[in-house]
Amino acid sequence: MSESMAPPKRAFAPVQWMRDNLFNTWYNILLTVVVVYMIGTSIGPLLNWLFLDATFTGADPKDCVGDGACWLFINQRLNFFMYGFYPDAQQWRVDIMFFLLAVAFVPQFIERFPARRWLGIFGMTGLPIIGYILIPGGWFGLEEVQSNKWGGLMLTLILAYVGIIGSLPLGIILALGRRSEMPVIRGFCVIFIEVWRAVPLITVLFMASVMLPLFLPEGMNFEKLLRALIGITLWQSAYMAEVIRGGLQAIPRGQYEAGSALGLGYWRKMRLIILPQALTLVIPGIVNTFIGLFMDTTLVLIIGLFDILGTVQSTITDPAWQNVAIEGYVFVAFCFWVFCFGMSRYSQNLERKLDTGHKT
Amino acid sequence: MTEQMQSEQGQTVVDSAKADKTIIHVEAMHKWYGSFHVLKNLNLDVAQGERIVICGPSGSGKSTFIRCINRLEEHQQGKIVVDGVELTDDVRHIDSVRKEVGMVFQHFNLFPHMTVLENCCVAPIWVRKTPRKEAEATAMEYLKRVKIPDQANKYPGQLSGGQQQRVAIARALCMKPKIMLFDEPTSALDPEMIKEVLDTMIELASSGMTMLCVTHEMGFAKTVADRVIFMDGGEIVESAPPHDFFDNPQEPRTQQFLKQILHH
Amino acid sequence: MNDNNPPLQPSRSKPWNDPRVRAIFFQVVALAAIAWSGWTLIENTLANMESRGISTGFGFLDQSAGFGIIMSLIPYDATYSYGRTFFVGLLNTLLVSAMGIVAATILGFIIGVARLSSNWLIAKLSLAYIEIIRNIPILLQIFFWYFAVLRSLPTPRQSVDVGGVFFLNNRGLYLPDPIAQPGFGWVEAALVIAIVAVVIIKRWAKKRQLATGEIFPTVKVGISILIGLPLLAYLATGGPIEWDIPALKGFNFGGGITLIPELAALWVALTLFTAAFIAEIVRSGILSVSKGQTEAARALGLHNGLTLRLVVIPQAMRVIIPPLTSQYLNLFKNSSLATAIGYPDLVSVFMGTTLNQTGQAVEVVAMTMAVYLTVSLLISFFMNLYNRAAALKER
Repeated sequence: MSESMAPPKRAFAPVQWMRDNLFNTWYNILLTVVVVYMIGTSIGPLLNWLFLDATFTGADPKDCVGDGACWLFINQRLNFFMYGFYPDAQQWRVDIMFFLLAVAFVPQFIERFPARRWLGIFGMTGLPIIGYILIPGGWFGLEEVQSNKWGGLMLTLILAYVGIIGSLPLGIILALGRRSEMPVIRGFCVIFIEVWRAVPLITVLFMASVMLPLFLPEGMNFEKLLRALIGITLWQSAYMAEVIRGGLQAIPRGQYEAGSALGLGYWRKMRLIILPQALTLVIPGIVNTFIGLFMDTTLVLIIGLFDILGTVQSTITDPAWQNVAIEGYVFVAFCFWVFCFGMSRYSQNLERKLDTGHKT
Repeated sequence: MTEQMQSEQGQTVVDSAKADKTIIHVEAMHKWYGSFHVLKNLNLDVAQGERIVICGPSGSGKSTFIRCINRLEEHQQGKIVVDGVELTDDVRHIDSVRKEVGMVFQHFNLFPHMTVLENCCVAPIWVRKTPRKEAEATAMEYLKRVKIPDQANKYPGQLSGGQQQRVAIARALCMKPKIMLFDEPTSALDPEMIKEVLDTMIELASSGMTMLCVTHEMGFAKTVADRVIFMDGGEIVESAPPHDFFDNPQEPRTQQFLKQILHH
Repeated sequence: MNDNNPPLQPSRSKPWNDPRVRAIFFQVVALAAIAWSGWTLIENTLANMESRGISTGFGFLDQSAGFGIIMSLIPYDATYSYGRTFFVGLLNTLLVSAMGIVAATILGFIIGVARLSSNWLIAKLSLAYIEIIRNIPILLQIFFWYFAVLRSLPTPRQSVDVGGVFFLNNRGLYLPDPIAQPGFGWVEAALVIAIVAVVIIKRWAKKRQLATGEIFPTVKVGISILIGLPLLAYLATGGPIEWDIPALKGFNFGGGITLIPELAALWVALTLFTAAFIAEIVRSGILSVSKGQTEAARALGLHNGLTLRLVVIPQAMRVIIPPLTSQYLNLFKNSSLATAIGYPDLVSVFMGTTLNQTGQAVEVVAMTMAVYLTVSLLISFFMNLYNRAAALKER
């Protein structure tokens, strides 16, 4: 066999790379020049505003004098953005929940973390109970904190967390119902799912806040937060149902038949054979709907709850702070972006893994 | 050393087949994928009407080689002249070569959104500027030749693999090409469909078409080919008429390859 | 064999073990449960409304609304009825949705194609755009454009002045308004003639292709006729359009067309947000066309442009259109966030102000949801028709 030769000499590698990827045609040369110029002229002022001219420390709005961003504002109001009106002395309870949430869910992103499955199950079952005891308080000697005092990032996380935990079982039931052979059950599930998916979340929240009180027997009333949670959960369960239905449809017929052939009844067949497979398949889809839900929780500020965007918005309109709108929005945007981008990366990786797993 | 011998060998064959009728001329051609040397110093002359079968183990560069001939892949060194036109970066050269060179792919690559007839007519209408009626008449003729005129208004997805591959052959023929390239045309087919495609190719060969086939069908090579080329490791190892090639292979690598596939 | 014997039947099971009987039993129970909860809800609601002194029915729609709306496409003032507010809000919703859909489609396609550009910088820039925009809540983006950008624009007196024709300030964007003068009819007539001409040319080109094989550049010629003929008529009649240019009168601008900041912010935010999703759809649609398809087209001698037009785009569009429509639906639903910045859309005007003033929660919520439900159902109906027509025929 003849020896392999090196390819014919080309220009120095980076130069060649630029020639191939930036300057390969006349219009690419033009585009590259324009884009480089635009980036070049905007990056300096942007960095100046973000960091170099920005004010980070100080005690008072008056300390923000430079041309740059007034990060002092975030610094000063961080407690409000994190906990809302939750009393300072009780914030350790929220901190414990933050910590436990991180313990339960961060390992899910790390492959081969010991017992991460069990941590995940704990996060979906035990943790909500702990949260239900810790956050509102009122028992075991814990001081009661009314839900109208909750706010900031803590409220955002509560909305998203309760939304996902509530909607998952509901979504499973709806998805099974939609695939049921009984026309009444199927019809009801189809209508339920399609109606919730057709209407915007904001109308659901309005409905929850004005109509729920009308639906309940007299004398029985929910707090505003609980009403929003009910609305969000029902709405989210419709989306969840569709994601899970996708997973159920992807399970080959043979699996159902094999289940029946083993003599399993409907519920056992679903619980032992179909659902474990279908749910694994749709984890990326669930993460994606969760990202959507997480971002949509900001809508609760329209019905007067103070989630993280709500707390920032109310501070921006506070006359004590002038012209800090951009800083506030950049801060919230950054918080959301870190969460959502991280999760979407995770679901993309998982998707790729599941994809190859199925082909082999 | 071996390289020297091959080019000499290639040269002799061309001389005997009258050099003035050479339709494909490949000379000292090299190709790299990044730094991987896929094709090494290939030399080949194909006379008009000649039928060549290229075989070799997978990864030997045989598909890449015929894809260079209509420049679906570009070569970095050497020369390829097809029907008097040299393949360079020049788009006009590439287009005029592709007009004259038909290609059949392993996975058919029919356009799923067009009917069989539309698949056959699209290039004559848009490239050759044939009136639609005439293009359709020609297409029907070729569909008859590949024995599926009754499927003309179906979509590729409705046909079997063998039928699809025959449509692909008809589609390439509708351009009235001077040369046909076949890139493993039967590898993706179920065994019972291979024969119908091979029969079509044999029929085509008897009509005097210049053909270059990459295939593992040794029976086809024996009955149809004027020359069999064996490639390995990106180079042409041996090139001989079929009876010499199969009965009396010169190179140890060829002998080993033949032993493997004939046993199988 | 004796034909008189009845055919052999499988032995009967106990009715409560028969799956069919069980299914009917479950469904009856489910139906009863649904009916019972529905009945309880209605009973509770009626009782609650009575105790709060709210009358039921749609009579309130005829009452005078008594509140103003900052923007309306149909005549409206405080003396009009609540029913009218519904239509004002609905039209405003449709307006911002339509504007958003057009702009987001254009931007999304550009970014989606740029994502596949051979220019590394352009591809990475598009990727960055997509990854940043779609991971930030849409409401936050609307707030950003409204409170941080448009609200911080100068006051009318210090407006940003573009050529003395366009004015931008914190009250909105002011554009000149074209007003047709006598003689404009010629321009309209020219447009009609151009359309007719294009249709005729298209037919003729097709016929000529059938006969001679010559391909006529129908698209290029068609576009130039469509633009050129009316333009010619416009110039020939001496430009029969007068521009009503906005001018500062007192504290604010008068004349021209006003794009209120609420609409502008909502439009920009919805467009940028949805475009990021559309770009991803376009990208994966184009990538879904296998490399073999382009190779086959190239091997047949079709050049780049034709390959794109005849092979890649028709196949990519089948993949793109279904998720694209669901993005349109999302944009339509997201336009309801208008209520957060006070753009008078359906939710803001009707579910907000009208509901607050009348207290007719059930009727108002039902009407609003019915609108969204109708649009969604219509779109998914047409989507199903499309999918059936466009599905690739398979065995």
